[in-house]
Amino acid sequence: MLVSLYRYNPEQDNAPYMQDIELDIPAGKDLMVLDVLALLKEKDPTLAYRRSCREGVCGSDGMNMNGKNGLGCITPISEVVKKDKLVIRPLPGLPVIRDLVVDMGIFYEQYERITPYLVNDTPAPEIERLQSPEDREKLDGLYECILCACCSTACPSFWWNPEKFVGPAGLLQAYRFLADSRDTAQEERLSDLDDPFSVFRCRGIMNCVAVCPKGLNPTKAIGHIRDLLLQRAT
Amino acid sequence: MGKIRTISYDAIVVGGGGAGMRAALQLTETGVDTACITKVFPTRSHTVSAQGGITCAIASADPNDDWRWHMYDTVKGSDYIGDQEAIEYMCSVGPQAVFELEHMGLPFSRTEQGRIYQRPFGGQSKDYGKGGQAARTCAAADRTGHALLHTLYQANLKGGTTFLNEWYAIDLVKNSDQQVVGVIAIEIETGEVVYIKSKATVLATGGAGRIYASTTNALINTGDGIGMALRAGYPVQDMEMWQFHPTGIYGAGTLVTEGCRGEGGYLINSEGERFMERYAPNAKDLAGRDVVARSMVIEVLEGRGCGPEKDHVLLKLDHLGEETLNLRLPGIVELSRTFAHVDPIKDPVPVVPTCHYMMGGIPTTVGGQALTQDKEGNDQVIDGLFACGEAACVSVHGANRLGGNSLLDLVVFGRAAGLHIEERLRGGYESGDASEDDINRALARLERLESSTGTESVAAVRKDLQSCMQLYFGVFRDGDSMGEGLKKLDAIGERARNVQIGDNSKAFNTARIEALELDNLFEVAYATAYSAMERRESRGAHARNDYTERDDENWLKHSVYFPLEKRLGKRDVNFAPKTVDTLQPMIRTY
Repeated sequence: MLVSLYRYNPEQDNAPYMQDIELDIPAGKDLMVLDVLALLKEKDPTLAYRRSCREGVCGSDGMNMNGKNGLGCITPISEVVKKDKLVIRPLPGLPVIRDLVVDMGIFYEQYERITPYLVNDTPAPEIERLQSPEDREKLDGLYECILCACCSTACPSFWWNPEKFVGPAGLLQAYRFLADSRDTAQEERLSDLDDPFSVFRCRGIMNCVAVCPKGLNPTKAIGHIRDLLLQRAT
Repeated sequence: MGKIRTISYDAIVVGGGGAGMRAALQLTETGVDTACITKVFPTRSHTVSAQGGITCAIASADPNDDWRWHMYDTVKGSDYIGDQEAIEYMCSVGPQAVFELEHMGLPFSRTEQGRIYQRPFGGQSKDYGKGGQAARTCAAADRTGHALLHTLYQANLKGGTTFLNEWYAIDLVKNSDQQVVGVIAIEIETGEVVYIKSKATVLATGGAGRIYASTTNALINTGDGIGMALRAGYPVQDMEMWQFHPTGIYGAGTLVTEGCRGEGGYLINSEGERFMERYAPNAKDLAGRDVVARSMVIEVLEGRGCGPEKDHVLLKLDHLGEETLNLRLPGIVELSRTFAHVDPIKDPVPVVPTCHYMMGGIPTTVGGQALTQDKEGNDQVIDGLFACGEAACVSVHGANRLGGNSLLDLVVFGRAAGLHIEERLRGGYESGDASEDDINRALARLERLESSTGTESVAAVRKDLQSCMQLYFGVFRDGDSMGEGLKKLDAIGERARNVQIGDNSKAFNTARIEALELDNLFEVAYATAYSAMERRESRGAHARNDYTERDDENWLKHSVYFPLEKRLGKRDVNFAPKTVDTLQPMIRTY
């Protein structure tokens, strides 16, 4: 298999380049892309990428594989390799620090912007706050986000306006708190999002849905936020 | 290396997992100037992989549940070398700590009454073992760790904790008064090496499952805090006690929660027999993890393993039905499809016991204060050093941890460490400065590595270390083979001191980090091997073919490994809970 790998070391390279490496894949094994990177790193320790859980829950190894964003650790090469070739690039649209490591700063800033924590000003009870299974179910498909940035970095609206458009990941979390029956700050949350950019730059392209490694649907959540904003305006 | 920059905080927490972030939150909320230093962005920490839940007597599933029953189970689970004062503290404070998490926003699953959903887990009982199986593990589907870790990160954002994300702590800085006064750390993105000065240094660096070839642990679980403590000359406790989780996915090592068996799944051998009925007639598949893991290995050794190699068993889940699996165990359905190529709604999942959790660690008080021993063997405080979570050995897990108790350990003792440190600082605790010599001493390892002329590759040495531990220090152990393993480890240690990084650049140099991690893996592995060799009995997770019985006369004790003298000492187990009667050691059956 031919692996074509995006390489950039700011101390040595004037510009990024693609490095082509011929790699023997052990027979009978469907490796994950992360395993491929580990094999390459054994040969060349200078290769830099992030990884942690290697089971698709920590969100460290978002990357672009043959043109599609995903997590290296749960993407089998049989799924992405075309014509015996695998092209691995960093997540698009973010500054590259080195090789596959991108600067996630703006992505995290947009997450922090949406007040990503429960707000409830009423005094806490002695036990837990009660929540019906039906109300809890409204958080399914929202709270599971792992902040891997696959979605936001696949989103043309985020590429254009990363400072002003919250992006699919941030908005999914914004809706996670708007939808929580225990949260009392719905009004403030909506006020914070009520401008032409934060939410409404979403053009419904749905790249986010296509790439989410957890099968979540940010576009749907954004639709719910739009509805709430429009209801509020009328 | 020349003079390096100094940054100062009142308190630093090394590690951004559950324990570290709970400690940081406690400190920040009480106004202590705190920084959390973490080698990965906090939500990438291994707590994120915890699945089944957090065990705690919140009396939701059973209104009559009692933390004392939870305490009984935990003491029994520990095979009686868990400290009863610490276990009493964890089980009694637990409900408050869990309710705090809910108030922060943790999206727990719910009962019809709107309370937190609790499921049965291994080793749980009602009425001190007399009332049958309890359901005490509070769950957010099978993603409890993820929900907990994200909630704690969110709470820290709200509280305004300073995070030094992707900074890697290399070694402790100790001054001439033998106080710990911070750490040397490297900012991974720039490669800058900095002295981070602090009056209180909390090691919350998690486990080190990566010393084994087959582990459920994340790649980042390299025992950094344990390595730092050992290099500073401090002892570690009960390091021979490693939990092998019964259900790691065969081949991949990824975890399948005990909650699967809690929800009604069970293990079968090649004959389709539910074999746990033979080994644990009462608790069956929900016996202690050590008991289940050993039973599985025996099935395989006696020829009743499954698959072409007859080297694993099967976890049957399909009878639970698609609806229950999707509602209660959605993550497991996903993981099984990805890593076992099996759809658990239709077919059983191939599983093997897989290294999962380090019961041992840095000995501490309930308040997280790290301890060593004086010449007479009395506990002695290490000024300025604290630990909590998996890196610590407080000890609530003793020789075998119960499922769901690790997440409780994290929040209860992360919180307790924060409370204790805040109190000490408010009481006027001051530490002295570090001299240039003190700082240089802590920099020595980095300098040796940078100027190494060695030829060994980090990946190759790490692989050999992991194979050695897997082969000689696994589920069943034996004096002769451990002796061989120790000899091999000596040779591996020699090679580990002779590695070449192969990359001298500054920016995001992961080769350098992996080389530094290798030292920590070796420190942990060696302490494990040495302690395992010296504890001449079988207790909890430590099962020896040459000493098959528990020996309360000689070994109802913690083991304490002293790195400078390479010596295994003993330490008394605490049998003095404050509000309840002592639980006396009994024969442990399920």
